[in-house]
Amino acid sequence: MELLVDNLTVTRGGLPVLEGVTFDMRPGQVVMLRGPNGSGKTTLLRTLAGLQPPMEGSVSVEPEAIAYGAHADGLKSTLSVAENLQFWASVYGTHDIAPALAAFNLNGLTTRAAGNLSAGQKRRLGLARLLVTGREIWLLDEPTVSLDVASVGLFADAVRAHVGQGGSALIATHIDMGLEAREVDVTPFRADPNGSPRVATAFDEAFT
Amino acid sequence: MIALLLRDMRLGVRSGGGFGLGLAFFLIVIVLVPFGVGPDSEILARIAPGILWVGALLACLLSLDRIFQLDYEDGTLDLLATAPIPMEGAVAVKALAHWLVTGLPLTLSAPIFATLLNLESPGHIWVFLSLLIGTPALSMIGAFGAALTVGLKRGGLLLSLLVLPLYIPTLIFGAEAATRGAAGLENATPLALMAGITAGSIALLPFAASAAIRVNLR
Repeated sequence: MELLVDNLTVTRGGLPVLEGVTFDMRPGQVVMLRGPNGSGKTTLLRTLAGLQPPMEGSVSVEPEAIAYGAHADGLKSTLSVAENLQFWASVYGTHDIAPALAAFNLNGLTTRAAGNLSAGQKRRLGLARLLVTGREIWLLDEPTVSLDVASVGLFADAVRAHVGQGGSALIATHIDMGLEAREVDVTPFRADPNGSPRVATAFDEAFT
Repeated sequence: MIALLLRDMRLGVRSGGGFGLGLAFFLIVIVLVPFGVGPDSEILARIAPGILWVGALLACLLSLDRIFQLDYEDGTLDLLATAPIPMEGAVAVKALAHWLVTGLPLTLSAPIFATLLNLESPGHIWVFLSLLIGTPALSMIGAFGAALTVGLKRGGLLLSLLVLPLYIPTLIFGAEAATRGAAGLENATPLALMAGITAGSIALLPFAASAAIRVNLR
């Protein structure tokens, strides 16, 4: 499934942060989203994932085809590793968590409570969730935070396997993880920070 | 959906989930009342249905902010919003899990605790029945309040202020049904009205709550 982003304007707190974002991502591609801190990468990813509406522009893919990996892993500390992953597998209607556990080297930790994992292990569990979603397009927000070199390698392998099966991945990151990828820099799309707020909601219309 | 229900119940029962907390609070309130009112068994029996209802309502309130707040803080709510479950369904299921972990134990224990207030048969049965019909509304209305305050840090107090006024109709009809039942009077009308509130909130509030969550996630 091809992801076409056309002239997209995304907002944070009612202010546009990126304007006219246009790029495409075809099946089998990895796209690295680059840009300095605060440039709007997360906001763009959240908009593409359907968590917030865009102000302008269009996205060709429904959020139903997208698996979103946020900063937070969404783990429950009192549930075990297997229970956490099994929950997401059931939610997405896949049921086999063994490949995901193996891909992120979590087999030895299945009965450990997620609250007792290290930061890197939690991250690996959070990333393993992507494998059980069974969705074609991955949107990842700084997936390698707190991962060591070996785990970054595991993650890169997982992404390679995913795009090898016709999936695609849009990854916001600051590091080079050795993937064959295209780069999209969001810096040229940044909205004018001194521009006036252009929020057009029905609520405001009543007062103008 | 069933996975979400099972997960929420499992979380509720495990440490830090709040299971038993509401029940223990309920018991303490019921035990405290005779100390405050005095040991006159006639007065206690007369106010018992009302006290049981107020106690159940406050116990229910204790764990409301857990319905969405914890999921919001650890990022689960974002991921649930992008998952193939409709948000309305997720809200309804989470309210149901809250009821199974809080409302149902309160309902089941109320007839036993009623003995502490010298409530005699058939008052037990009416307290049990009115709570059984009324507590689902408490969980559902509470889930709506929790959805409204989900983005706020330490929103528990605001949540109580928002939700308690909305509990008033359920409390009035529930306590009325139990009191009239205990006195051996006709109580079909308050029971029916309370059932109406419960059915209405289950039908409508998941949509309102999921809209509130979507706004809070932006």
